[in-house]
Amino acid sequence: MLRSHVIFRRPLATPRFRVRFSPAFSRYFQSNAANKENLDSMYTPTSLHEFPPEDITNSFNKQTGKDIIANQKKKVRAFTVNFGPQHPAAHGVLRLILELHGEEILRSDPHVGLLHRGTEKLIEYKTYLQALPYFDRLDYVSMMSNEQVFALAVEKLLNIDIPIRAKYIRVLFAEISRVLNHLMSVLSHAMDVGALTPFLWGMEEREKLMEFYERVSGARLHAAYVRPGGVSQDIPAGLLDDIYMWATQFGDRIDEVEELLTDNRIWKLRTVGVGVMTAEEVLNHSFSGVMLRGSGVLYDLRKNQPYEVYDKLDFDIPVGTNGDCYDRYLIRMAEFRQSLRIIFQCLNDMPAGPVKVEDYKISPPPRALMKEDMESLIHHFLLFTKGYSVPPGETYTAIEAPKGEMGVYVVSDGSERPYRCKIRAPGFAHLAGFDAISRGHFLPDAVAIIGTMDLVFGEVDR
Amino acid sequence: MVLSMAPLLLRSSRSSLLRNTLSPAAVRAFSGSAISSAKPAPGAYPKGFRLPRPEAWDEGESALDRAGRLYLMTELFRGMYVVLEQYFRAPYTIYYPFEKGPISPRFRGEHALRRYPSGEERCIACKLCEAICPALAITIDAEERIDGSRRTTKYDIDMTKCIYCGLCQESCPVDAIVETPNVEYSTETREELLYNKEKLLANGDKWEQEIQFGLDADSNYR
Repeated sequence: MLRSHVIFRRPLATPRFRVRFSPAFSRYFQSNAANKENLDSMYTPTSLHEFPPEDITNSFNKQTGKDIIANQKKKVRAFTVNFGPQHPAAHGVLRLILELHGEEILRSDPHVGLLHRGTEKLIEYKTYLQALPYFDRLDYVSMMSNEQVFALAVEKLLNIDIPIRAKYIRVLFAEISRVLNHLMSVLSHAMDVGALTPFLWGMEEREKLMEFYERVSGARLHAAYVRPGGVSQDIPAGLLDDIYMWATQFGDRIDEVEELLTDNRIWKLRTVGVGVMTAEEVLNHSFSGVMLRGSGVLYDLRKNQPYEVYDKLDFDIPVGTNGDCYDRYLIRMAEFRQSLRIIFQCLNDMPAGPVKVEDYKISPPPRALMKEDMESLIHHFLLFTKGYSVPPGETYTAIEAPKGEMGVYVVSDGSERPYRCKIRAPGFAHLAGFDAISRGHFLPDAVAIIGTMDLVFGEVDR
Repeated sequence: MVLSMAPLLLRSSRSSLLRNTLSPAAVRAFSGSAISSAKPAPGAYPKGFRLPRPEAWDEGESALDRAGRLYLMTELFRGMYVVLEQYFRAPYTIYYPFEKGPISPRFRGEHALRRYPSGEERCIACKLCEAICPALAITIDAEERIDGSRRTTKYDIDMTKCIYCGLCQESCPVDAIVETPNVEYSTETREELLYNKEKLLANGDKWEQEIQFGLDADSNYR
């Protein structure tokens, strides 16, 4: 076992190792709770301005054993830092109010809503087809996974089963989305803690993958490709070959990143033992995905409630043991390889056939038919003006999105528009647990924890 | 070396590699298609199930190896070598305004209104695109012409509202409104992005070849 990093290791950010401060600071900590309401008896950074600088820096007189500032019968209040929303490590518009003691985080208060667009309410006024493009914009680094969860929910309400080829295409692109997402999350995590190089390599791979997105759907990011009833168009000829060519080389790219990070002592210093959550804690905070498996909870919706064709595919679920940022990093690296396995299986097993249900009341007829057949033209017009009505009912449908359990709760009142669409975003629960994870850590560890939680504000703020 | 810190990979129900080492409860909890909820480990796992087996005294690296790696920083230099390798590879970047990345026939960029080869505009003001547009970016007014044909008098697209979902070109029964491969239409003022019919038809005239190429190339899939 490699334990060589121990001698280089900075003390863990637990109060046991707290740096010794002047008695004024220490006393604040001992009687913090008792004095919480009596804020007048506390120093603020501003009230400390009354003192000459040399008094503050040398307030403790060793000869007399007295403290100039402490003798004022006042305590020092914790320093509050506004982290973000413009901070480069905040992954978007995260705003954190951090209460610090020196560099140690006493309390943190994540503020959300800076990217709130009212998606859930907006969807109530859109038909089911119109609502779909808005799902791309939730978690905008794993677009097709979001579309997939909405499509599955609507299919459940419609009580339809989609063609097998559509399922394979969806799974293929869901795993491509997983690779896209993990490239962004792992490597921007590495960038936040100081390793810029792998991030640039990851951007190259993301570029290739977004090209696949573009070839299949016409857009590099906001695909609007996975639709209720299948996918919008078949895969163009040659795309599967190119995905195969990409997949054969991608394992080497993972190896390169692992060579830089996995054993690297700097990376380990920043991640091992940081952000530890026990299995019980992650369950209580309703974490999901890698945050859950990092702490050793065996749960992956692709195995526990298989959807699409995941029950036909052979893949493993990596599970961590320590629940720290390093384990979650290792899990994401292992998920890259498992996603590659699934991609290879999808490429090899891709069946022929239709890619959407051939019920023209749900999915539009092909254009050639629409231009010749009156019946099809009527279906086409109805689908694009009125939409299709969905039987009354409600469903909570969840999938294992790259970030965790992504679910939608759709209520239909029998009309063409959803009565209610609640989106369960994994990042929101993770961010809500930020205070619990980060307490007692140092300020730079907050950046590592944000990175490991894989936050994307499109889905947190919705 | 990597494996020592790596989490254990739980095998799927199909592969039998680790099946023998798992308790039946553990296998049941994590395989098959029974719906289950997230919970900590059910019952007791066999000893050493979750963690890699600790190394025996004669396994693993020697104290000398360990000291060598610690003080010679071998893992850092291995990483640096991987970085050095990149130096000898062809760059992936392109000189953007002069070189451009490839795009497919399906690409969805700036909008255009097309004409028939006779010069007559295709749009028949059926307003399907206006109805389907999720962002309500399209506004259409129509009236009958002197020759009796139905054509638009107003066809506006607010490009600042458009989300480029492509539903308008999917809905159009006469292939009039299309999204061109063009993405270079940034403007200095917001008003310039409020496209009217003249601008859209001009786009169509300008990009007709590319549009027709894209439609032909993709015609088997539409």
